[in-house]
Amino acid sequence: MKYKLGTLAVAGLMAASPVMADLVFPSLSYRTGPYAAGGIPFADGYADYFTLLNERDGGIGGETIRVPECETAYNTEKGVECYESTKGEGALVYQPLSTGITYQLIPKVTADDIPMLTSGLGRTSAKNGNVFSHVFNFPANYWDGASVAIKHIMEQEGGSLEGKKIALVYHNSAYGKEPIRTLQELSEKHGFELKEVPVDHPGQEQKSQWLQIRRDKPDYVIMYGWGVMNQVAVQEAANIRFPMDKFIGIWWSGSENDVLSAGAKADGYKALTFHNVGSDYPLYDDLKKHVIDTGKTAGAGDQVGTVLYNRGIYAAMLVAEAARTAQEIHGVTDITGGQMRDGMEQLEITEEKMAALGLPDFGPEFSVSCDNHGGEGFVAVTQWDAEAKEWNLVSDFMQSDQDVIQPLIDEDSKAYADENAIEGNC
Amino acid sequence: MFYREAGDFNTSYAQDQQTFPIKFDRYRYYLVLFVAIFVIPFMVNDYWVNSLFLPFLIYAIAAIGLNILVGYCGQVSLGTGGFMAVGAYACYKLMTAMPDVSMFIHILLAGVITAAVGALFGLPSLRIKGFYLAVATLAAQFFLVWLFNRVPWFYNYSASGQISAPERDTFGILITGPNTDAWATYMFCLIFTVGSALVARNLTRGSVGRKWMAIRDMDIAAEIIGVNPLRAKLTAFAVSSFFIGISGALFFSIYLGAVEVGEAFGIQKSFLVLFMIIIGGLGSIFGSFAGAAFLVLLPVLLKIVGVDWLGWPTDIVAHLQLVIVGGLIIIFLIAEPHGLAQLWRVAKEKLRLWPFPH
Amino acid sequence: MPEQLAFTIEVFMNGLMAGVLYALVALGFVLIYKASGIFNYAQGVMALFAALTLVGIMEGQVPFSHLINAILGTEVHHFGWHVPAFLAIVLTMVVMIVLAYCVQRFVFRYLVGQEPIILFMATIGLAYFLEGVGDLMWGSEIKTLDVGLPQGINVWIDEFTFDATGYGFFIDNLDIVASIVAAILVIGLVMFAQYTKQGRAMRAVADDHQAALSVGVSLNFIWILVWSLAGFVALVAGIMWGAKSGVQFSLSLIALKALPVLMLGGFTSIPGAIVGGLIIGVGEKLFEFLIGAPFLGGATENWFAYMLALVFLVFRPQGLFGEKIIERV
Repeated sequence: MKYKLGTLAVAGLMAASPVMADLVFPSLSYRTGPYAAGGIPFADGYADYFTLLNERDGGIGGETIRVPECETAYNTEKGVECYESTKGEGALVYQPLSTGITYQLIPKVTADDIPMLTSGLGRTSAKNGNVFSHVFNFPANYWDGASVAIKHIMEQEGGSLEGKKIALVYHNSAYGKEPIRTLQELSEKHGFELKEVPVDHPGQEQKSQWLQIRRDKPDYVIMYGWGVMNQVAVQEAANIRFPMDKFIGIWWSGSENDVLSAGAKADGYKALTFHNVGSDYPLYDDLKKHVIDTGKTAGAGDQVGTVLYNRGIYAAMLVAEAARTAQEIHGVTDITGGQMRDGMEQLEITEEKMAALGLPDFGPEFSVSCDNHGGEGFVAVTQWDAEAKEWNLVSDFMQSDQDVIQPLIDEDSKAYADENAIEGNC
Repeated sequence: MFYREAGDFNTSYAQDQQTFPIKFDRYRYYLVLFVAIFVIPFMVNDYWVNSLFLPFLIYAIAAIGLNILVGYCGQVSLGTGGFMAVGAYACYKLMTAMPDVSMFIHILLAGVITAAVGALFGLPSLRIKGFYLAVATLAAQFFLVWLFNRVPWFYNYSASGQISAPERDTFGILITGPNTDAWATYMFCLIFTVGSALVARNLTRGSVGRKWMAIRDMDIAAEIIGVNPLRAKLTAFAVSSFFIGISGALFFSIYLGAVEVGEAFGIQKSFLVLFMIIIGGLGSIFGSFAGAAFLVLLPVLLKIVGVDWLGWPTDIVAHLQLVIVGGLIIIFLIAEPHGLAQLWRVAKEKLRLWPFPH
Repeated sequence: MPEQLAFTIEVFMNGLMAGVLYALVALGFVLIYKASGIFNYAQGVMALFAALTLVGIMEGQVPFSHLINAILGTEVHHFGWHVPAFLAIVLTMVVMIVLAYCVQRFVFRYLVGQEPIILFMATIGLAYFLEGVGDLMWGSEIKTLDVGLPQGINVWIDEFTFDATGYGFFIDNLDIVASIVAAILVIGLVMFAQYTKQGRAMRAVADDHQAALSVGVSLNFIWILVWSLAGFVALVAGIMWGAKSGVQFSLSLIALKALPVLMLGGFTSIPGAIVGGLIIGVGEKLFEFLIGAPFLGGATENWFAYMLALVFLVFRPQGLFGEKIIERV
């Protein structure tokens, strides 16, 4: 009874695109709305990587890949619609790129046996695979970000943060509040003073917040922002002449979009990342040959090589490798969502693997297991060069402080498990 | 011709006062109800329910609620999102505090709590009027959202600040959480929608509703003829918020399952519901449904046509969608300034005489 | 000077400056509401549209390039020229006047004499429409707007106050420019309304449509004029806010910042918009500084602006400068 009219309707809808036994990676993108500037490059990168695999290798393991795109405009309700309309097509994995949609999908994907990858976003405690069987957030999560930011600051300060003042400027939403607990624990551990400065959505007017920072004179500012909040914050920081190299954004506050409008004054601004930047990789030559020059790019083709485009490429690479792993484990090429989940759970990203793909040194090495759906939490720091208009990696990939983060993850996932009566699957 | 009252005689006062005095209307209404209750549940799947029926039914309740306030009582409100948030958070607190009580009761209680909050924020309406009143309700909107974001008690101290609905059932049928059947959630919401429409319809044509309308048409005149503005306005705020609270509770627990207050119940939601009732028709229960359908179903329809049938890039379709929805709003207003409900009335009038209009 | 006092004065001054920026947005609403009784929900989107057009013209972007490329399979993006800022502003103004004409010709001509809520609804339709057209025309990526406005701390004030009081005050150069522009704009508008023929006609229409019509004022022309003026104000607001954040969708949300200002200042008063803006700006900044951030966990500005307006309204239901509401049965 579950699918009657539905199959009819879906069949009708699908008439335009040939239905084949292929691998379906739906892209819940947002090319409109308040966060379009962040959504466009990611969606382009995600689609272009799969186009490349199709054009160059004929897909994964001989199966062609289809990437049906669905516009969410970063809106949870549209996200539901997109999820429901694409899951019937045999979707293998979802990457919603929105914390709101992620929360909303966590129980749904688990019930529908489709995995979800939320690299560097979503629910941090989903790292505990024992509770969140279908949600993955490798290679790094928000709490890793906060911890590595502190680690980086410690390096700058010569190993001690005793008596230092660090301000956290954050988007006043679930996403922005994520790092607070971690930073509080860390401030106890390392003896620095934490100052929380919330910015309400959308964040076009941050005068109060930056005046406060100017008065308090923190030694460092960490920012968890998204959308217009980033551009205004960078601008205001420059306005109060806060030293830019002591201003560190999370990876969602570290793309070209966020710094270009502040011009030369943004020079030296730092941001965290969990993948490498730039376009100096063998893969980009292939991309140019097979996708860009043949006019098969997903968007206008003007985003290639930007930070968020790279993030799209990286996200696509991770799930493509997971699909390959799944094909190996199960010995079939036409995998299902459940098999894809197994592939993700046994995914191992090594330097050799990345080099073979034409992406040497593109991200940290990590492996996933049943208990650990989040990798080892390696994060690096990038810095903006306003003159050359490019981001540069200025540190190695550093591991976050697992002693602090792991107990928090256990605590939060246990609360979820209790609330939803989850036994554990490992 | 197609729509006539000839031969339709009323022989009692009860018959004369029924909601649909014309036989044709009545049968059409029964047919719609019959299809909604006995046909649709057996045909729907997850996609139809989650992307079309649930939002439509839930927004229809919110629109009915707001229509009582704006359309019947003439008090412009932009606090709908905030009041929906009250419903959602009340429902969440009740669900988690009393897991064994039926969801029906939780949802109704959430409505009652919202009604109290709504009446409180309705107090300034005694002094402030028209577009200026919108500010009072906007204050409610922004304050409530900030409050739910700020005070951890409301989200049970969870690390993320989001609330998510645990699995709950009513009469042994699962209706929240991911493992629900499409028909169950649909029926649950349908019951509330039909119930709300019935209650609202009968309230608005009774003495309470006539008082509201007197206030709407001219409050000073109404006061002179003996309508107590304090009671009339506050009951309108309370009743309206009751429905909006129910819709907020359903929106959270049945439809989305997890919400973040700023994103789900922001100012955009307030505008959206206001748009629905203006497009649908102020002071009309049917208009609330028509407006909700217009703004919920049309974008999905346009998306299906543009992306799935024509294969256009999603961003162009999304932009065209805005252009078309905006254009249609303007065209409808030029054709019929009083909303879809009036368009429907005119159409009925035309059909009544067709094909001999003279 | 004690530190707390210095901080308070600094916050106060910055509140004034922020208030000017709010007032700039509110001004557009007032112009249209006064002349035609339309509460123009699309004002924020107009600011976005104007700023997008300005950047597009400056950068020599091909309008609708995305749509053209998708349909014809071509690869056009830029004309390859750069237009100087001043010329681009003039050209954008021409676009806004054409838009004003179209709005009047195709929408409001048919809605003359309708209830305010219907007219409000029509502007909502317009807002959707314009947002879609703006995105289709210029794309939804974030764009950098650089018309050469100074930005950053005013060093002179910083040093001067540091010498005088021991604490250097922060004033943003952009805010100073915005204040000057706003002052010129208001003086210009008032002069226009007081001393020109069209301005007098505009005031006549605002007072009484029918009386104005009967002495030979063309309503159609006046409304096009008013929408053009609102378009101009939107452009100025778009430039000021766009300089801070880049030009992107969020620019249309600045309308929300103008709503409490309008409520407080009254829908029908240009000085009201300015004074309302200043009160809201100062009020929300001071509240955040003195109470919000230390005791309530911060981010209180949004709701406090409305609460402040609400308290004012309880005492003066028509706003600070609004026309007195006289009710008769």
